[in-house]
Amino acid sequence: MSKGETQRTELDYVLEKWEPVIGLEVHAQLLTESKLFCGCSARFGAPANANTCPVCTGMPGVLPVLNKRAVEYAIRGALATGCKINPVSRWDRKNYFYPDLPKSYQISQFEKPYCEGGEVSVDVDGETRHIRLTRIHMEEDAGKSIHEGNSEYSLVDLNRSSVPLLEIVSEPDLRSAVEAAAYMRKMRSILRYIGICDGNMNEGSMRCDANVSLRPRGSETLGTRAEIKNMNSFRSIERAVNYEICRQADILDAGGKIVQETRLWDADLGETRSMRSKEEAHDYRYFPEPDLLPLVIDDDLIEKVRARMPELPDARRERFVSQYGLSEADAGVLTSAKELADFFEQALAEHPNSKAIANWVMGDIIRLANDAAVDSEPDFSKIPCSPVQLAGLIRLIDDGTISGKIAKDVFGKMCGTTETAATIVEREGLVQESDEGKIGEVIDTLLAANPDKVAEYRAGKEKMLGFFVGQVMKETQGKANPGVVNKLLKEKLTD
Amino acid sequence: MKLTHDDVRKVARLARLELEDTEIESLSADLSAILGYIEKLAELGTDNVEPTASVVTMQAALRADAVTNTRNPEKTVANAPATRNHYFVVPRIIE
Repeated sequence: MSKGETQRTELDYVLEKWEPVIGLEVHAQLLTESKLFCGCSARFGAPANANTCPVCTGMPGVLPVLNKRAVEYAIRGALATGCKINPVSRWDRKNYFYPDLPKSYQISQFEKPYCEGGEVSVDVDGETRHIRLTRIHMEEDAGKSIHEGNSEYSLVDLNRSSVPLLEIVSEPDLRSAVEAAAYMRKMRSILRYIGICDGNMNEGSMRCDANVSLRPRGSETLGTRAEIKNMNSFRSIERAVNYEICRQADILDAGGKIVQETRLWDADLGETRSMRSKEEAHDYRYFPEPDLLPLVIDDDLIEKVRARMPELPDARRERFVSQYGLSEADAGVLTSAKELADFFEQALAEHPNSKAIANWVMGDIIRLANDAAVDSEPDFSKIPCSPVQLAGLIRLIDDGTISGKIAKDVFGKMCGTTETAATIVEREGLVQESDEGKIGEVIDTLLAANPDKVAEYRAGKEKMLGFFVGQVMKETQGKANPGVVNKLLKEKLTD
Repeated sequence: MKLTHDDVRKVARLARLELEDTEIESLSADLSAILGYIEKLAELGTDNVEPTASVVTMQAALRADAVTNTRNPEKTVANAPATRNHYFVVPRIIE
């Protein structure tokens, strides 16, 4: 970690002098059944080249036919980010040679993408920043190449070839690595809310490249940028961008110049390095794709898609504030992931105590999702407790059956099972004791056994109360109703 | 417009074409003539003309999102010079 420590100090120094200017290109695989231009399955995880056909392997004489659902999903993406949809857009060929690109061109949208403009709001350190989008376009994915150790061969699998992608291009509005990662998180949340991308960064269904440049603080001129590739987690984005900021500052401080190039992030070494193979990569010689007609998106189609749009994260957060009386911050946490917000509302439908459910969800439920984290991102699909179970537990607290302390134990026992809290409480005899007579007996015995401490309390040492409460709880295995214990103790001690 | 030999070499490299010096000589002349013709066309005022994305006045046909192809990886790799477990085997891609 010593390297990270050094970098952080260096970064602070760099940021005093230089302002980072960052733009992100996000690639999101659309959750269609079939590929963008052929009827092969678009699903991840099939055996090598199982999901391939003459179209997606670039055989001569084939013609691409556009997937309707891909277009509808793309429209959802545009509506969710406030983009302006072009009524007519067209397809272009992006030409480059690579073993995982069978046609030696990628069908993309260059001159006239299907939508432009738009904006995404990102919260960083309590401040909301509006990040403008340049455009979103549709394109097909390339295949995948696999390298095994030092083998002199690489293996190519074309299952991913022609899977539909959205490329979402931001303006260079991001000013720090933290903002870049927050933007990516927000984008992932939006895409998952509208159900068009599963957002699995470790499976590559959501990826991003970052364009990073520096300029002296106070300057409005853009510096020369480097494009960083291969960041496959939020943490990678933050680390890679921070590394790149420091690298560029070193060069500029020494009087050097930044070379416009593509750089690969190496997570193991914690550095970016030049990709010489991509030297000519920006000379893509785009030209209109003659095999595809222009894409027409009319108002009818847009309205049909709009009518089926789910609620978006920002709108849901506002609703959580107004409808359930939650704070902006709490509503922000609860709506950060669709699964979490759904969990909250499903629990709430069972037991209408929004504050208590919010607290449990933000505490114990998020902790469980963090325990199931993949690459330090919580996994809300693996919460070992259902909303109905949680609601049932909180109902037992609210009706006085069990104490909050006991509830924590019950929660632990309930997780990973299908049992209700009530079943567990019943079986294990955890019902809270609220009977004043029974608790009074315990207190009487306790006070009689500790005359010195009783005297201390009566002499003004009020914190002795905590000692007595603790002892009563211990004596009753935590089952005594804390409210009743406090009340009776005070009465009996002041007698 | 006059294309230099270096321009031709660059375009050839991008297209993975290997050219003899004599070919570069003749191709420079040919390509310069073609670009000259394009320049001539570019003199026409097209400010009020929509760019032609297609020569037919039709829009893209859409197909329903359904998996209609059956799995046949053997067929996909049948003509490949080298394969392993239905992967294409290619010379190592160095990064």
